[in-house]
Amino acid sequence: MALVTALKRLAHVRFGHYSLRTATAASGSYRTVQRSLTIGTQPLRSDNKVTVHFFNRDGEKITVKGPPGDSLLDVVINEDLDFDGFGACEGTLACSTCHLVFDEEVYKKLGPITDEEMDMLDLAYGLTDTSRLGCQICLTKSLEGMEVRVPESVADIRQSKDGSS
Amino acid sequence: MSCHKLLLSELKLWSSGGSSWISRLRCGGRGKAFSSSSQNVHISIVGGGPAGFYTAQNLIKARQDVEVDIYERLPVPFGLVRFGVAPDHPEVKNVINTFTQTAKHSRCNFYGNVNVGKDVSIEELQQAYHAVILSYGAEGNRSMGVPGEDLAGVYSAKDFVGWYNGQPTCQELSPDLSCETAVILGQGNVALDVARILLSPLDVLKKTDITQPALEALAESHVRRVLIVGRRGPMQIACTIKEIREMVNLPGTRPEMIAADYEGVTEALKDVPRPRKRLTELMLKTAMETPGEKEQERRNNASCSWGFRFFRSPVEVLADTNRNRTAGIRLAVNKLEGSGEAARAALTGEVEDVSCGLVISSIGYKSLPIDPSVPFDFRKAIVPNSMGRVQQAAGIYCSGWVKTGPTGVIATTMNNSFDTARSLVEDIDSGVLDISAGKPGSQSISTLLEKRGVKPVTFSDWEKIDNVEMKRGEASGKPREKILTVEEMLRVART
Ligand SMILES: Cc1cc2nc3c(=O)[nH]c(=O)nc-3n(C[C@H](O)[C@H](O)[C@H](O)COP(=O)(O)OP(=O)(O)OC[C@H]3O[C@@H](n4cnc5c(N)ncnc54)[C@H](O)[C@@H]3O)c2cc1C
Ligand SMILES: NC(=O)c1ccc[n+]([C@@H]2O[C@H](COP(=O)([O-])OP(=O)(O)OC[C@H]3O[C@@H](n4cnc5c(N)ncnc54)[C@H](OP(=O)(O)O)[C@@H]3O)[C@@H](O)[C@H]2O)c1
Ligand code: FES
Repeated sequence: MALVTALKRLAHVRFGHYSLRTATAASGSYRTVQRSLTIGTQPLRSDNKVTVHFFNRDGEKITVKGPPGDSLLDVVINEDLDFDGFGACEGTLACSTCHLVFDEEVYKKLGPITDEEMDMLDLAYGLTDTSRLGCQICLTKSLEGMEVRVPESVADIRQSKDGSS
Repeated sequence: MSCHKLLLSELKLWSSGGSSWISRLRCGGRGKAFSSSSQNVHISIVGGGPAGFYTAQNLIKARQDVEVDIYERLPVPFGLVRFGVAPDHPEVKNVINTFTQTAKHSRCNFYGNVNVGKDVSIEELQQAYHAVILSYGAEGNRSMGVPGEDLAGVYSAKDFVGWYNGQPTCQELSPDLSCETAVILGQGNVALDVARILLSPLDVLKKTDITQPALEALAESHVRRVLIVGRRGPMQIACTIKEIREMVNLPGTRPEMIAADYEGVTEALKDVPRPRKRLTELMLKTAMETPGEKEQERRNNASCSWGFRFFRSPVEVLADTNRNRTAGIRLAVNKLEGSGEAARAALTGEVEDVSCGLVISSIGYKSLPIDPSVPFDFRKAIVPNSMGRVQQAAGIYCSGWVKTGPTGVIATTMNNSFDTARSLVEDIDSGVLDISAGKPGSQSISTLLEKRGVKPVTFSDWEKIDNVEMKRGEASGKPREKILTVEEMLRVART
C-alpha cells in the first residue's frame, strides 16, 4: 500500500516536473536540450556556468550558478531558491510572479522584450523601468556575475492602508 | 518517532511548481502516517480555491507543527481555477501543480464534498481547531437591478462561465444563442473571457477542456457580434492588456469601435503609468489607425465582430412583442465627472436602445455570508478584517476574495493569502492565538460528518476523478472532459 502511494506520488511529481520543462521549452526548445547535456557532462561544463547573485525580499544575497541557456526561473528552481510564490504559471507567461529587477547596465544586455512579456509585466507589483520576467531571461556568458533583485509584493502596503482588506 | 522527526525537518514545501520532487522522494509514501498529532496546531480552511491552497502552503512552510485541513463544498478542488479560468487559458491552470503538492503534503488534508455552514458549522470547526480560515471566495454576483433582468436571454457572467466550465449548478443554463448580437455589461476580464468564448473559432475551443454541451451549443450559435459595454470611458476600462490583445488578434473577427469615444484620450495619456498607457494605446491603435493591407484583408474576411461601447449604463432590458424574450437593452448615456482611475459616471439624461437577443451581465462577483456567527460587511460584501484577522472574532481569519472583494488575479490572491498566513503565525508567536490546549482537529469533525451522513472526498479520491476526466478527454482530443454532476463525481470518487 505504502509503495503504491509512493509510486503514485512519484508519478505525479514527475509529471509536474515534466510539464514545467515542456512549458519552458515552448519559448526555446534549445534550453531543454542544453539541460540534458549538462546532466551527463556536469564536471566538464561547470566552469562554463554563469554566476548570478540574487537578492531576496529580505535583501539577503544568494549566489548561485546556472548553465547558459537556462532561464532565471530554471535557476531558481534547480537551485531550490526559496522565493515565495515565484513562478506560479511555470514559465508560460501567464502570471508575472517571476518578476525580477535588474541594474540598468544588466537590463540593457538582456535582449529584446516581446509585447507579450510586457503585457504580463504590466500586472507585476512594483513595476520598474528595469523590470523583466525571470522565466523569459536566458543565461548567457555576458551576464556573468549579474545582480538580480526579487521585488517586494506591495499587497501588504496597500492592505495596511485601507485597513479592511 | 525518530523517523517522523527526520521527515519533519527534511520536508520542504516548495513554492514553485514542479520543483519539489527531490524533497518529496525523501518522505517516501508514508507522509500522511504521522498526521493528526494532538500537540500540533490544528488549522481548518474553508474553501479549496487558490486562497485556501496558498494559505495552507504558507502555513505549513512557516511552522513545522502546523497541520492544515481544507474543507471544500464540491467533490473537486481548485475553485475558480477549475470553474472560472477560461478553457483557452490552460497555462493559467499550471498553479494546480503547486496546489497538488500542498494537498499531498503530510501535514495537509483535503476534505471535499463538505459544505461548511450546512454540513458542519463554523462554531463546530472552532471547537475542533485552534483557528479557522475562511477562504470561500465569492459565489454570488452583483445584479444590475434594472427592469427586465429576469427575461429569457439575460444571464449573469458567473452562470455563463460556470456553464461552459462545467460548474455543476450551472449545467441547466443552456443559454439561447440563436440571436446575432450579444451585449455584455461590464468591461472586466470576465467580460472579455465571455466575449472571446462566444466568438472563438470552434477549432480552437474543441482542443480545450470546455464542456461538451457548451461546445455543441457554441457550434450552433448564431452570435456574430458582441458589444462590451462600460459605464465609464476608455481610460477607466477594467480589463488588462493581454485580454484586449487576444480580442484584437482573435481569428475570424474584426474590431468595431466608435472613434468619438477616444476623443482627448491621446492628450490624457501623457502622465499615466505604463500599464494603463500601453493598454490605452492598444485600444487607440485598434480603433483609430488605418490597418495595413494584410490586417485590412483579415478584417474584410471576418464573419464576426466585437467592440467596446463606453459611457453607457443599463437602464432596462427590453422585451420582444410577446413580452417574454430579450429583444434589446436601453442604455443611459453617461458623462465622466473627474478624471483618471477615480472618474465617476454621471447620467446625462439621454438614453439609447440597442437591439440584441442576449444580455450577459458581467459587473462583478459577490461574496455571501456563510454563517450567522461570522461577522459580515454587507455594504462591501466581504468578511470585515484587518490583515486577514476577522474583526471581533478571535481565532477566525480570512483570505482570498472573501477577504478583499472579488477582484485580482491569482497572483493577487496568492499574496493576500500569504499575508493572512503571516498574520496567523504572528498571532501564534505573540500568544494572541492560544494554542496551549490540545485540539482534536479532523478527528472530531469526521465523527460529526459521519453521524450526519456526509462522506468527504479525499485528495486521492479527487485523483480518481481527475484520471477519469483526463482519460475521457483523451478520447476526444481534449486535455480533459469534465464530469458535470456532483452525483457522478461522487460515484467515480468511490470506485
Ligand atoms: C471567470 C473568471 C476567470 C478568471 N480567470 C483568471 C485568469 O485567467 N488568471 C488569473 O490570474 N485569475 C483569474 N481569475 C481570478 C481568480 O480566479 C481569483 O483570483 C481566485 O480564484 C480567487 O480565489 P479564492 O480562493 O478566493 O476563491 P475561489 O477560487 O472562488 O475558491 C473558493 C472555494 O471555496 C469553496 N466554497 C464556497 N463556499 C463553501 C462552503 N460553504 N464550504 C466549503 N467550501 C466552500 C468553493 O467551492 C471554491 O472552491 C478569474 C476569475 C473569474 C471569476
Ligand atoms: N485573464 C485574467 O487574468 C482574468 C480573467 C478573468 C478575471 N480575472 C480577474 O478577476 C477579477 C474579477 O473580474 P471581473 O471582470 O468580474 O471584475 P472587474 O474587473 O472588477 O470588472 C467589473 C466591471 O463591471 C463594471 N461594473 C461594476 N458595477 C457596475 C454597475 N453597477 N453598473 C455598470 N457597470 C458596473 C465595472 O465598471 P467600473 O470600472 O466603472 O466599476 C467593470 O467594468 C478581476 O480582477 C480580473 O482581473 C482575470
Ligand atoms: S512564471 Fe509566470 S510569467 Fe514567468
